[in-house]
Amino acid sequence: MIASLNVLQPYKCYMAVFLLLLFSFASLFVGVIELTPASLWSDPEAAWLLAASRLPRVLSVLLTGTSLAIAGLVMQVLVQNRFVEPATAGSGQSAVLGIILVTLFIPGASLMTKMGLASVTALLGTGLFLLIVRRLPVQETYLVPLVGIVYGGVVGAVATWLAWQADLIQLIDIWLTGEFSGMIRGRYDFLWIAGALAVFSYFLADQFTIASLGEDQARNLGLNYNVMMAIGLVLVSIVTAVTVVTVGVIPFIGLIVPNIVSRWRGDNLRHSLPLVAYSGAMLTLLCDVVGRVVIFPYEVPVGSVFGVVGAFITLWLLYSSPSAKRA
Amino acid sequence: MIRAVDLTLTISGHTILNKVSVDVPKNKVTALIGPNGAGKSTLLHTIARLTKQDSGQVLLDNRSITDFENKELARHMSILRQDSAIGSRLKVRDLVSFGRYPHNQGRHSASDDLVVDKVLVDFELDALAERFLDTLSGGQRQRALLAMNFAQDAEAILLDEPLNNLDLSHARQLMHTVKHYVGRGKTFVVVLHDLNYAARYADHIIAMKQGEVFAAGDTSSIFNEGLLSDLYETPIEIVKVNGLPMALSY
Repeated sequence: MIASLNVLQPYKCYMAVFLLLLFSFASLFVGVIELTPASLWSDPEAAWLLAASRLPRVLSVLLTGTSLAIAGLVMQVLVQNRFVEPATAGSGQSAVLGIILVTLFIPGASLMTKMGLASVTALLGTGLFLLIVRRLPVQETYLVPLVGIVYGGVVGAVATWLAWQADLIQLIDIWLTGEFSGMIRGRYDFLWIAGALAVFSYFLADQFTIASLGEDQARNLGLNYNVMMAIGLVLVSIVTAVTVVTVGVIPFIGLIVPNIVSRWRGDNLRHSLPLVAYSGAMLTLLCDVVGRVVIFPYEVPVGSVFGVVGAFITLWLLYSSPSAKRA
Repeated sequence: MIRAVDLTLTISGHTILNKVSVDVPKNKVTALIGPNGAGKSTLLHTIARLTKQDSGQVLLDNRSITDFENKELARHMSILRQDSAIGSRLKVRDLVSFGRYPHNQGRHSASDDLVVDKVLVDFELDALAERFLDTLSGGQRQRALLAMNFAQDAEAILLDEPLNNLDLSHARQLMHTVKHYVGRGKTFVVVLHDLNYAARYADHIIAMKQGEVFAAGDTSSIFNEGLLSDLYETPIEIVKVNGLPMALSY
Protein backbone atom coordinates (compact mmCIF):
# COMPACT_ATOMS: atom_id res chain seq x y z
CA MET A 1 0.00 0.00 0.00
CA ILE A 2 2.71 2.43 0.98
CA ALA A 3 4.60 1.94 -2.24
CA SER A 4 1.45 2.68 -4.22
CA LEU A 5 0.72 5.89 -2.36
CA ASN A 6 2.59 7.82 -4.98
CA VAL A 7 1.50 11.08 -3.44
CA LEU A 8 4.65 12.27 -1.78
CA GLN A 9 8.29 11.86 -2.52
CA PRO A 10 9.46 8.47 -1.26
CA TYR A 11 11.57 9.91 1.54
CA LYS A 12 8.54 11.75 2.91
CA CYS A 13 6.55 8.52 2.79
CA TYR A 14 9.24 6.70 4.74
CA MET A 15 9.47 9.60 7.15
CA ALA A 16 5.71 9.52 7.73
CA VAL A 17 5.67 5.78 8.32
CA PHE A 18 8.65 6.07 10.62
CA LEU A 19 6.90 8.75 12.66
CA LEU A 20 3.75 6.66 12.97
CA LEU A 21 5.77 3.67 14.13
CA LEU A 22 7.71 5.85 16.55
CA PHE A 23 4.57 7.27 18.14
CA SER A 24 2.92 3.85 18.22
CA PHE A 25 6.00 2.49 19.93
CA ALA A 26 6.01 5.33 22.44
CA SER A 27 2.31 4.81 23.07
CA LEU A 28 3.03 1.20 24.05
CA PHE A 29 4.99 2.42 27.03
CA VAL A 30 2.52 4.99 28.35
CA GLY A 31 0.37 3.67 31.16
CA VAL A 32 -0.23 3.33 34.85
CA ILE A 33 1.80 0.14 35.17
CA GLU A 34 5.37 0.98 34.37
CA LEU A 35 6.56 -0.70 31.25
CA THR A 36 9.85 -0.01 29.50
CA PRO A 37 11.44 -1.63 26.48
CA ALA A 38 14.16 -2.98 28.80
CA SER A 39 11.72 -4.61 31.20
CA LEU A 40 10.30 -6.68 28.33
CA TRP A 41 13.44 -8.83 28.44
CA SER A 42 13.62 -9.23 32.17
CA ASP A 43 10.02 -9.29 33.32
CA PRO A 44 7.60 -11.98 31.97
CA GLU A 45 4.67 -9.93 33.33
CA ALA A 46 5.75 -7.06 31.14
CA ALA A 47 5.55 -9.09 27.95
CA TRP A 48 2.09 -10.24 28.95
CA LEU A 49 0.98 -6.67 29.64
CA LEU A 50 2.26 -5.62 26.26
CA ALA A 51 0.48 -8.39 24.37
CA ALA A 52 -2.77 -8.32 26.31
CA SER A 53 -3.31 -4.61 26.81
CA ARG A 54 -0.87 -2.15 25.33
CA LEU A 55 -0.58 -3.60 21.83
CA PRO A 56 -4.35 -4.11 21.42
CA ARG A 57 -4.83 -0.53 22.50
CA VAL A 58 -2.42 0.91 19.96
CA LEU A 59 -3.84 -1.28 17.19
CA SER A 60 -7.40 -0.29 18.03
CA VAL A 61 -6.39 3.38 18.06
CA LEU A 62 -4.81 3.07 14.61
CA LEU A 63 -7.72 1.10 13.14
CA THR A 64 -10.34 3.43 14.60
CA GLY A 65 -8.56 6.61 13.55
CA THR A 66 -8.04 5.39 10.01
CA SER A 67 -11.51 4.02 9.47
CA LEU A 68 -13.36 6.97 11.02
CA ALA A 69 -11.38 9.44 8.93
CA ILE A 70 -12.22 7.43 5.80
CA ALA A 71 -15.87 7.12 6.82
CA GLY A 72 -16.01 10.90 7.24
CA LEU A 73 -14.48 11.38 3.80
CA VAL A 74 -16.95 8.97 2.19
CA MET A 75 -19.86 10.62 3.94
CA GLN A 76 -18.73 14.01 2.64
CA VAL A 77 -18.74 12.55 -0.86
CA LEU A 78 -22.23 11.11 -0.35
CA VAL A 79 -23.80 14.39 0.72
CA GLN A 80 -21.43 16.60 -1.31
CA ASN A 81 -20.68 18.73 1.68
CA ARG A 82 -17.39 19.10 3.53
CA PHE A 83 -18.85 19.78 6.93
CA VAL A 84 -20.53 16.51 7.81
CA GLU A 85 -19.27 13.36 9.46
CA PRO A 86 -20.94 10.21 10.78
CA ALA A 87 -20.53 11.14 14.45
CA THR A 88 -22.43 14.43 14.17
CA ALA A 89 -24.94 13.65 11.43
CA GLY A 90 -26.93 10.85 12.96
CA SER A 91 -24.93 7.72 12.03
CA GLY A 92 -23.23 7.40 15.41
CA GLN A 93 -26.42 8.17 17.31
CA SER A 94 -28.36 5.67 15.18
CA ALA A 95 -25.79 3.01 16.00
CA VAL A 96 -26.16 3.77 19.71
CA LEU A 97 -29.94 3.56 19.32
CA GLY A 98 -29.45 0.15 17.72
CA ILE A 99 -27.31 -1.10 20.60
CA ILE A 100 -29.90 0.04 23.11
CA LEU A 101 -32.67 -1.69 21.19
CA VAL A 102 -30.64 -4.90 21.12
CA THR A 103 -29.89 -4.62 24.83
CA LEU A 104 -33.58 -4.13 25.54
CA PHE A 105 -35.03 -6.80 23.32
CA ILE A 106 -32.25 -9.41 23.06
CA PRO A 107 -30.56 -9.13 26.47
CA GLY A 108 -28.06 -11.93 25.97
CA ALA A 109 -27.07 -10.94 22.45
CA SER A 110 -23.50 -11.60 21.38
CA LEU A 111 -21.21 -8.75 20.42
CA MET A 112 -21.58 -9.85 16.81
CA THR A 113 -25.37 -9.54 16.96
CA LYS A 114 -25.09 -6.14 18.62
CA MET A 115 -22.75 -4.96 15.97
CA GLY A 116 -24.85 -6.36 13.15
CA LEU A 117 -28.00 -4.69 14.38
CA ALA A 118 -26.19 -1.46 15.17
CA SER A 119 -24.96 -1.52 11.56
CA VAL A 120 -28.54 -1.87 10.37
CA THR A 121 -29.80 1.05 12.45
CA ALA A 122 -26.78 3.13 11.42
CA LEU A 123 -27.65 2.29 7.81
CA LEU A 124 -31.28 3.32 8.26
CA GLY A 125 -30.33 6.46 10.18
CA THR A 126 -27.71 7.54 7.65
CA GLY A 127 -30.00 6.67 4.75
CA LEU A 128 -32.75 8.85 6.17
CA PHE A 129 -30.25 11.68 6.61
CA LEU A 130 -29.24 11.36 2.95
CA LEU A 131 -32.89 11.53 1.89
CA ILE A 132 -33.38 14.67 3.97
CA VAL A 133 -30.22 16.27 2.62
CA ARG A 134 -31.19 15.60 -0.98
CA ARG A 135 -34.12 17.95 -0.53
CA LEU A 136 -31.92 20.79 0.69
CA PRO A 137 -30.54 23.37 -1.72
CA VAL A 138 -26.95 22.38 -2.58
CA GLN A 139 -25.65 25.95 -2.48
CA GLU A 140 -26.43 26.31 1.23
CA THR A 141 -23.11 24.92 2.44
CA TYR A 142 -23.81 25.33 6.12
CA LEU A 143 -27.39 24.09 6.07
CA VAL A 144 -26.40 20.44 5.64
CA PRO A 145 -24.18 20.20 8.75
CA LEU A 146 -26.75 22.15 10.76
CA VAL A 147 -29.51 19.78 9.72
CA GLY A 148 -27.11 16.93 10.50
CA ILE A 149 -26.48 18.19 14.02
CA VAL A 150 -30.19 18.68 14.68
CA TYR A 151 -30.97 15.27 13.21
CA GLY A 152 -28.18 13.58 15.21
CA GLY A 153 -29.46 15.36 18.31
CA VAL A 154 -32.98 14.05 17.78
CA VAL A 155 -31.83 10.46 17.21
CA GLY A 156 -29.49 10.75 20.21
CA ALA A 157 -32.34 12.07 22.34
CA VAL A 158 -34.53 9.11 21.40
CA ALA A 159 -31.68 6.77 22.34
CA THR A 160 -31.13 8.54 25.66
CA TRP A 161 -34.84 8.51 26.45
CA LEU A 162 -35.04 4.78 25.75
CA ALA A 163 -31.96 4.17 27.87
CA TRP A 164 -33.41 6.23 30.70
CA GLN A 165 -36.65 4.24 30.56
CA ALA A 166 -34.68 1.03 30.78
CA ASP A 167 -32.14 2.19 33.36
CA LEU A 168 -29.29 2.03 30.90
CA ILE A 169 -28.19 5.63 31.28
CA GLN A 170 -24.68 4.69 32.41
CA LEU A 171 -24.21 2.50 29.40
CA ILE A 172 -25.19 5.25 27.02
CA ASP A 173 -22.38 7.40 28.35
CA ILE A 174 -19.96 4.63 27.55
CA TRP A 175 -21.13 4.43 23.95
CA LEU A 176 -21.41 8.15 23.42
CA THR A 177 -17.92 8.87 24.78
CA GLY A 178 -15.31 7.02 22.84
CA GLU A 179 -12.28 5.77 24.75
CA PHE A 180 -9.67 3.09 24.33
CA SER A 181 -8.98 2.04 27.92
CA GLY A 182 -11.12 -1.07 27.54
CA MET A 183 -9.27 -2.28 24.48
CA ILE A 184 -7.64 -5.48 25.61
CA ARG A 185 -6.92 -8.64 23.71
CA GLY A 186 -10.14 -10.11 22.29
CA ARG A 187 -12.15 -6.93 22.70
CA TYR A 188 -11.09 -5.02 19.62
CA ASP A 189 -11.07 -7.66 16.88
CA PHE A 190 -14.11 -6.26 15.09
CA LEU A 191 -12.16 -3.12 14.38
CA TRP A 192 -10.23 -5.09 11.78
CA ILE A 193 -13.47 -5.09 9.76
CA ALA A 194 -13.48 -1.30 9.83
CA GLY A 195 -9.81 -1.27 8.88
CA ALA A 196 -10.46 -3.66 5.99
CA LEU A 197 -13.27 -1.42 4.73
CA ALA A 198 -10.92 1.55 4.83
CA VAL A 199 -8.44 -0.34 2.65
CA PHE A 200 -11.27 -1.47 0.36
CA SER A 201 -12.37 2.13 -0.18
CA TYR A 202 -9.03 2.85 -1.82
CA PHE A 203 -9.95 0.56 -4.69
CA LEU A 204 -12.99 2.74 -5.36
CA ALA A 205 -11.09 6.04 -5.01
CA ASP A 206 -11.74 7.15 -8.60
CA GLN A 207 -15.39 6.21 -8.43
CA PHE A 208 -15.87 8.15 -5.21
CA THR A 209 -14.11 11.18 -6.68
CA ILE A 210 -16.37 11.06 -9.74
CA ALA A 211 -19.41 10.73 -7.48
CA SER A 212 -18.25 13.85 -5.66
CA LEU A 213 -18.59 15.80 -8.93
CA GLY A 214 -22.36 15.50 -8.53
CA GLU A 215 -24.98 13.10 -9.79
CA ASP A 216 -25.39 14.42 -13.34
CA GLN A 217 -21.68 14.73 -13.96
CA ALA A 218 -21.10 11.25 -12.56
CA ARG A 219 -23.82 9.74 -14.70
CA ASN A 220 -22.50 11.57 -17.73
CA LEU A 221 -19.23 9.73 -17.14
CA GLY A 222 -21.05 6.41 -17.02
CA LEU A 223 -20.77 5.89 -13.29
CA ASN A 224 -23.59 3.97 -11.66
CA TYR A 225 -24.27 6.73 -9.18
CA ASN A 226 -26.88 4.92 -7.11
CA VAL A 227 -24.64 1.89 -6.65
CA MET A 228 -21.81 4.14 -5.44
CA MET A 229 -24.18 5.86 -3.01
CA ALA A 230 -25.27 2.47 -1.70
CA ILE A 231 -21.68 1.24 -1.30
CA GLY A 232 -20.72 4.45 0.48
CA LEU A 233 -23.74 4.24 2.75
CA VAL A 234 -22.97 0.65 3.74
CA LEU A 235 -19.32 1.50 4.31
CA VAL A 236 -20.08 4.49 6.54
CA SER A 237 -22.70 2.52 8.48
CA ILE A 238 -20.54 -0.51 9.18
CA VAL A 239 -17.50 1.53 10.16
CA THR A 240 -19.64 3.68 12.45
CA ALA A 241 -21.39 0.71 14.06
CA VAL A 242 -18.18 -1.25 14.59
CA THR A 243 -16.38 1.67 16.19
CA VAL A 244 -19.35 2.69 18.34
CA VAL A 245 -19.84 -0.86 19.62
CA THR A 246 -16.17 -1.37 20.45
CA VAL A 247 -14.83 2.11 21.27
CA GLY A 248 -17.77 4.51 21.43
CA VAL A 249 -18.49 7.68 19.49
CA ILE A 250 -15.43 9.77 18.71
CA PRO A 251 -16.42 13.11 17.22
CA PHE A 252 -14.50 15.28 14.75
CA ILE A 253 -12.02 12.76 13.30
CA GLY A 254 -14.19 12.26 10.24
CA LEU A 255 -14.65 15.98 9.92
CA ILE A 256 -11.26 17.58 10.47
CA VAL A 257 -8.94 15.00 8.93
CA PRO A 258 -10.46 14.98 5.41
CA ASN A 259 -10.78 18.78 5.49
CA ILE A 260 -7.15 19.35 6.40
CA VAL A 261 -5.97 16.90 3.77
CA SER A 262 -8.25 18.52 1.19
CA ARG A 263 -6.75 21.94 1.88
CA TRP A 264 -3.32 20.49 1.47
CA ARG A 265 -3.61 17.98 -1.36
CA GLY A 266 -7.04 18.47 -2.92
CA ASP A 267 -9.92 16.07 -3.34
CA ASN A 268 -8.68 13.56 -5.86
CA LEU A 269 -9.21 10.56 -3.60
CA ARG A 270 -6.62 8.51 -5.39
CA HIS A 271 -4.07 10.90 -3.91
CA SER A 272 -5.82 12.11 -0.79
CA LEU A 273 -7.37 8.93 0.58
CA PRO A 274 -4.09 7.36 1.79
CA LEU A 275 -3.21 10.64 3.48
CA VAL A 276 -6.62 10.79 5.13
CA ALA A 277 -6.15 7.24 6.40
CA TYR A 278 -2.67 8.02 7.71
CA SER A 279 -3.59 11.34 9.30
CA GLY A 280 -6.64 9.83 10.97
CA ALA A 281 -4.45 7.19 12.61
CA MET A 282 -1.78 9.69 13.60
CA LEU A 283 -4.17 12.25 15.07
CA THR A 284 -6.07 9.64 17.07
CA LEU A 285 -2.82 8.21 18.37
CA LEU A 286 -1.69 11.65 19.53
CA CYS A 287 -5.03 12.47 21.15
CA ASP A 288 -5.08 9.11 22.90
CA VAL A 289 -1.60 9.66 24.35
CA VAL A 290 -2.54 13.19 25.41
CA GLY A 291 -5.66 11.83 27.12
CA ARG A 292 -3.52 9.40 29.07
CA VAL A 293 -0.88 11.91 30.08
CA VAL A 294 -2.73 15.11 31.08
CA ILE A 295 -4.20 13.88 34.36
CA PHE A 296 -1.90 10.87 34.86
CA PRO A 297 -2.46 8.37 36.44
CA TYR A 298 -6.08 8.96 35.43
CA GLU A 299 -7.32 9.14 31.88
CA VAL A 300 -9.36 11.58 29.82
CA PRO A 301 -11.42 9.67 27.23
CA VAL A 302 -10.12 10.21 23.72
CA GLY A 303 -13.63 11.30 22.73
CA SER A 304 -13.32 14.25 25.12
CA VAL A 305 -9.84 15.14 23.89
CA PHE A 306 -11.21 15.16 20.35
CA GLY A 307 -14.12 17.29 21.52
CA VAL A 308 -11.68 20.03 22.51
CA VAL A 309 -9.06 19.64 19.78
CA GLY A 310 -11.71 19.06 17.11
CA ALA A 311 -13.76 22.08 18.06
CA PHE A 312 -10.79 24.40 17.68
CA ILE A 313 -9.68 22.91 14.39
CA THR A 314 -13.24 23.01 13.06
CA LEU A 315 -13.55 26.69 13.93
CA TRP A 316 -10.31 27.34 12.14
CA LEU A 317 -11.54 25.39 9.11
CA LEU A 318 -14.78 27.37 9.03
CA TYR A 319 -13.10 30.75 9.35
CA SER A 320 -10.48 30.06 6.74
CA SER A 321 -12.78 28.16 4.41
CA PRO A 322 -12.06 29.00 0.78
CA SER A 323 -15.61 27.97 -0.14
CA ALA A 324 -17.01 30.28 2.51
CA LYS A 325 -15.04 33.15 1.06
CA ARG A 326 -16.34 32.44 -2.37
CA ALA A 327 -19.94 32.24 -1.19
CA MET B 1 -27.77 10.36 -35.58
CA ILE B 2 -29.87 11.35 -32.58
CA ARG B 3 -33.58 11.03 -33.01
CA ALA B 4 -36.09 11.93 -30.33
CA VAL B 5 -39.61 10.68 -30.90
CA ASP B 6 -42.66 12.13 -29.16
CA LEU B 7 -40.84 13.02 -25.93
CA THR B 8 -43.32 14.11 -23.32
CA LEU B 9 -42.53 15.14 -19.78
CA THR B 10 -44.83 16.65 -17.20
CA ILE B 11 -43.55 17.78 -13.83
CA SER B 12 -46.17 18.53 -11.17
CA GLY B 13 -48.81 19.53 -13.68
CA HIS B 14 -46.54 21.59 -15.93
CA THR B 15 -45.85 20.24 -19.37
CA ILE B 16 -42.13 20.69 -19.89
CA LEU B 17 -41.90 18.72 -23.12
CA ASN B 18 -44.93 18.15 -25.29
CA LYS B 19 -44.51 15.45 -27.97
CA VAL B 20 -41.09 16.71 -28.96
CA SER B 21 -39.65 14.98 -32.00
CA VAL B 22 -36.31 16.10 -33.33
CA ASP B 23 -33.64 14.81 -35.64
CA VAL B 24 -30.04 15.73 -35.03
CA PRO B 25 -27.97 15.31 -38.17
CA LYS B 26 -24.68 13.46 -37.86
CA ASN B 27 -21.41 15.34 -38.10
CA LYS B 28 -23.03 18.75 -37.85
CA VAL B 29 -23.50 21.49 -35.30
CA THR B 30 -27.12 21.74 -34.27
CA ALA B 31 -28.08 24.83 -32.29
CA LEU B 32 -30.95 24.63 -29.86
CA ILE B 33 -32.54 28.06 -29.51
CA GLY B 34 -35.64 29.51 -27.97
CA PRO B 35 -36.85 31.72 -25.13
CA ASN B 36 -36.21 30.94 -21.46
CA GLY B 37 -38.30 28.07 -20.18
CA ALA B 38 -38.84 26.61 -23.65
CA GLY B 39 -37.56 23.21 -22.53
CA LYS B 40 -34.15 23.31 -24.21
CA SER B 41 -32.18 22.08 -21.21
CA THR B 42 -34.77 19.46 -20.37
CA LEU B 43 -34.66 18.16 -23.93
CA LEU B 44 -30.89 17.92 -23.72
CA HIS B 45 -31.04 16.13 -20.35
CA THR B 46 -33.66 13.72 -21.64
CA ILE B 47 -31.60 12.92 -24.72
CA ALA B 48 -28.61 12.21 -22.45
CA ARG B 49 -30.71 10.03 -20.14
CA LEU B 50 -30.18 12.32 -17.15
CA THR B 51 -33.91 13.02 -16.99
CA LYS B 52 -36.45 10.33 -17.66
CA GLN B 53 -39.34 11.21 -19.94
CA ASP B 54 -42.93 10.15 -19.30
CA SER B 55 -43.31 8.82 -22.83
CA GLY B 56 -41.52 8.78 -26.14
CA GLN B 57 -38.02 7.58 -26.83
CA VAL B 58 -34.55 8.65 -27.83
CA LEU B 59 -32.60 6.79 -30.47
CA LEU B 60 -28.86 7.03 -30.90
CA ASP B 61 -27.80 5.56 -34.24
CA ASN B 62 -31.20 3.85 -34.42
CA ARG B 63 -30.76 2.22 -31.04
CA SER B 64 -32.78 3.20 -28.01
CA ILE B 65 -30.58 4.90 -25.41
CA THR B 66 -32.22 2.76 -22.73
CA ASP B 67 -30.40 -0.23 -24.29
CA PHE B 68 -26.98 1.26 -23.63
CA GLU B 69 -25.02 0.18 -20.61
CA ASN B 70 -23.85 3.20 -18.52
CA LYS B 71 -20.25 3.40 -19.63
CA GLU B 72 -21.16 2.46 -23.18
CA LEU B 73 -23.54 5.41 -23.38
CA ALA B 74 -20.85 7.63 -21.88
CA ARG B 75 -18.51 6.63 -24.71
CA HIS B 76 -21.12 7.55 -27.33
CA MET B 77 -22.65 10.65 -25.84
CA SER B 78 -21.52 13.29 -23.38
CA ILE B 79 -23.32 16.25 -21.89
CA LEU B 80 -22.21 19.39 -20.14
CA ARG B 81 -24.85 20.89 -17.94
CA GLN B 82 -25.39 24.58 -17.74
CA ASP B 83 -24.78 24.90 -14.00
CA SER B 84 -22.04 22.39 -13.39
CA ALA B 85 -20.64 23.65 -10.11
CA ILE B 86 -17.79 21.44 -8.97
CA GLY B 87 -17.25 21.59 -5.22
CA SER B 88 -14.29 19.23 -5.19
CA ARG B 89 -10.79 20.64 -5.05
CA LEU B 90 -9.37 18.93 -8.09
CA LYS B 91 -6.49 19.90 -10.29
CA VAL B 92 -7.43 20.80 -13.85
CA ARG B 93 -5.52 17.85 -15.26
CA ASP B 94 -7.19 15.43 -12.84
CA LEU B 95 -10.65 16.71 -13.76
CA VAL B 96 -9.96 16.46 -17.47
CA SER B 97 -8.51 12.96 -16.97
CA PHE B 98 -11.81 11.82 -15.47
CA GLY B 99 -13.24 12.38 -18.96
CA ARG B 100 -11.38 9.19 -19.86
CA TYR B 101 -13.15 7.18 -17.16
CA PRO B 102 -15.75 5.61 -19.51
CA HIS B 103 -12.86 4.32 -21.60
CA ASN B 104 -10.40 3.16 -18.98
CA GLN B 105 -12.24 2.88 -15.64
CA GLY B 106 -9.43 4.74 -13.97
CA ARG B 107 -6.50 2.81 -15.41
CA HIS B 108 -4.77 5.41 -17.50
CA SER B 109 -2.78 4.36 -20.50
CA ALA B 110 -0.36 6.45 -22.52
CA SER B 111 -3.05 6.99 -25.15
CA ASP B 112 -5.39 8.44 -22.52
CA ASP B 113 -2.67 10.87 -21.53
CA LEU B 114 -2.28 11.89 -25.17
CA VAL B 115 -5.99 12.66 -25.43
CA VAL B 116 -5.88 14.66 -22.19
CA ASP B 117 -2.81 16.61 -23.29
CA LYS B 118 -4.38 17.43 -26.63
CA VAL B 119 -7.64 18.62 -25.08
CA LEU B 120 -5.76 20.73 -22.53
CA VAL B 121 -4.03 22.49 -25.42
CA ASP B 122 -7.31 22.88 -27.36
CA PHE B 123 -8.78 24.74 -24.40
CA GLU B 124 -5.62 26.69 -23.56
CA LEU B 125 -5.41 24.98 -20.21
CA ASP B 126 -1.95 23.47 -20.50
CA ALA B 127 -0.45 26.24 -18.36
CA LEU B 128 -3.19 25.77 -15.75
CA ALA B 129 -3.08 21.96 -15.69
CA GLU B 130 -1.61 21.71 -12.19
CA ARG B 131 -3.82 24.42 -10.68
CA PHE B 132 -6.72 23.59 -8.38
CA LEU B 133 -10.16 24.42 -9.80
CA ASP B 134 -11.01 26.67 -6.87
CA THR B 135 -8.10 28.95 -7.73
CA LEU B 136 -9.42 29.59 -11.24
CA SER B 137 -11.78 32.22 -12.61
CA GLY B 138 -15.31 31.27 -13.67
CA GLY B 139 -14.35 31.22 -17.33
CA GLN B 140 -11.28 29.07 -16.71
CA ARG B 141 -13.39 26.60 -14.70
CA GLN B 142 -15.92 26.50 -17.52
CA ARG B 143 -13.12 25.68 -19.96
CA ALA B 144 -11.86 22.93 -17.65
CA LEU B 145 -15.33 21.37 -17.59
CA LEU B 146 -15.58 21.64 -21.36
CA ALA B 147 -12.17 20.02 -21.65
CA MET B 148 -13.27 17.10 -19.48
CA ASN B 149 -16.28 16.71 -21.70
CA PHE B 150 -14.19 16.74 -24.87
CA ALA B 151 -11.71 14.29 -23.36
CA GLN B 152 -14.63 11.90 -23.08
CA ASP B 153 -14.33 11.68 -26.86
CA ALA B 154 -17.98 10.77 -27.42
CA GLU B 155 -19.42 10.93 -30.94
CA ALA B 156 -22.32 13.07 -29.80
CA ILE B 157 -21.55 16.03 -27.55
CA LEU B 158 -24.37 17.99 -25.94
CA LEU B 159 -23.49 21.40 -24.52
CA ASP B 160 -25.95 23.45 -22.51
CA GLU B 161 -25.09 27.13 -22.83
CA PRO B 162 -21.35 26.47 -23.01
CA LEU B 163 -20.59 30.14 -23.67
CA ASN B 164 -21.61 31.09 -20.13
CA ASN B 165 -18.75 32.78 -18.31
CA LEU B 166 -16.58 32.86 -21.41
CA ASP B 167 -15.24 36.16 -22.69
CA LEU B 168 -15.60 37.08 -26.37
CA SER B 169 -12.30 35.61 -27.37
CA HIS B 170 -12.81 32.30 -25.57
CA ALA B 171 -16.42 32.06 -26.73
CA ARG B 172 -15.30 32.42 -30.32
CA GLN B 173 -12.45 30.01 -29.70
CA LEU B 174 -14.83 27.40 -28.24
CA MET B 175 -17.03 27.55 -31.33
CA HIS B 176 -13.95 27.12 -33.50
CA THR B 177 -12.93 24.12 -31.42
CA VAL B 178 -16.44 22.74 -31.88
CA LYS B 179 -16.10 23.17 -35.63
CA HIS B 180 -12.70 21.54 -35.53
CA TYR B 181 -14.14 18.51 -33.74
CA VAL B 182 -16.98 18.32 -36.28
CA GLY B 183 -14.21 17.91 -38.82
CA ARG B 184 -13.06 14.92 -36.79
CA GLY B 185 -16.47 13.27 -36.99
CA LYS B 186 -18.25 14.62 -33.92
CA THR B 187 -21.87 15.68 -33.73
CA PHE B 188 -22.87 18.62 -31.54
CA VAL B 189 -26.07 19.89 -30.02
CA VAL B 190 -25.46 23.28 -28.44
CA VAL B 191 -27.92 25.44 -26.54
CA LEU B 192 -27.15 28.99 -27.65
CA HIS B 193 -28.70 32.23 -26.54
CA ASP B 194 -26.74 34.40 -28.92
CA LEU B 195 -28.48 33.96 -32.26
CA ASN B 196 -25.48 35.30 -34.09
CA TYR B 197 -23.29 32.50 -32.84
CA ALA B 198 -25.99 30.16 -34.14
CA ALA B 199 -25.96 31.96 -37.48
CA ARG B 200 -22.21 31.77 -37.76
CA TYR B 201 -21.48 28.27 -36.46
CA ALA B 202 -24.61 26.10 -36.63
CA ASP B 203 -25.52 23.96 -39.63
CA HIS B 204 -28.92 23.14 -38.30
CA ILE B 205 -31.23 24.87 -35.86
CA ILE B 206 -33.98 23.54 -33.63
CA ALA B 207 -36.14 26.32 -32.22
CA MET B 208 -38.22 25.47 -29.17
CA LYS B 209 -41.03 27.34 -27.51
CA GLN B 210 -43.27 26.32 -24.61
CA GLY B 211 -42.13 22.72 -24.59
CA GLU B 212 -42.67 22.17 -28.29
CA VAL B 213 -40.56 22.30 -31.40
CA PHE B 214 -41.39 25.65 -32.95
CA ALA B 215 -39.32 25.21 -36.05
CA ALA B 216 -36.37 23.11 -37.22
CA GLY B 217 -34.23 23.19 -40.29
CA ASP B 218 -31.15 24.59 -41.96
CA THR B 219 -29.76 27.69 -40.35
CA SER B 220 -30.76 29.78 -43.39
CA SER B 221 -34.35 28.59 -43.24
CA ILE B 222 -34.70 29.50 -39.55
CA PHE B 223 -33.12 32.91 -39.97
CA ASN B 224 -36.33 34.56 -40.98
CA GLU B 225 -37.47 37.78 -39.36
CA GLY B 226 -41.08 36.69 -38.94
CA LEU B 227 -40.16 33.31 -37.50
CA LEU B 228 -37.61 34.59 -34.99
CA SER B 229 -39.85 37.49 -33.95
CA ASP B 230 -42.66 35.03 -33.27
CA LEU B 231 -40.30 32.68 -31.44
CA TYR B 232 -39.08 35.31 -28.99
CA GLU B 233 -42.22 37.46 -29.16
CA THR B 234 -40.07 40.49 -29.73
CA PRO B 235 -39.20 42.35 -32.94
CA ILE B 236 -36.07 40.95 -34.52
CA GLU B 237 -34.46 42.40 -37.62
CA ILE B 238 -32.08 40.46 -39.83
CA VAL B 239 -29.30 42.17 -41.70
CA LYS B 240 -26.53 40.70 -43.78
CA VAL B 241 -22.98 41.39 -42.73
CA ASN B 242 -20.31 39.99 -45.00
CA GLY B 243 -22.90 37.62 -46.40
CA LEU B 244 -23.84 36.26 -42.94
CA PRO B 245 -27.25 36.91 -41.42
CA MET B 246 -27.18 38.88 -38.18
CA ALA B 247 -30.16 39.07 -35.87
CA LEU B 248 -30.66 42.46 -34.31
CA SER B 249 -32.96 43.26 -31.45
CA TYR B 250 -32.99 46.43 -29.42
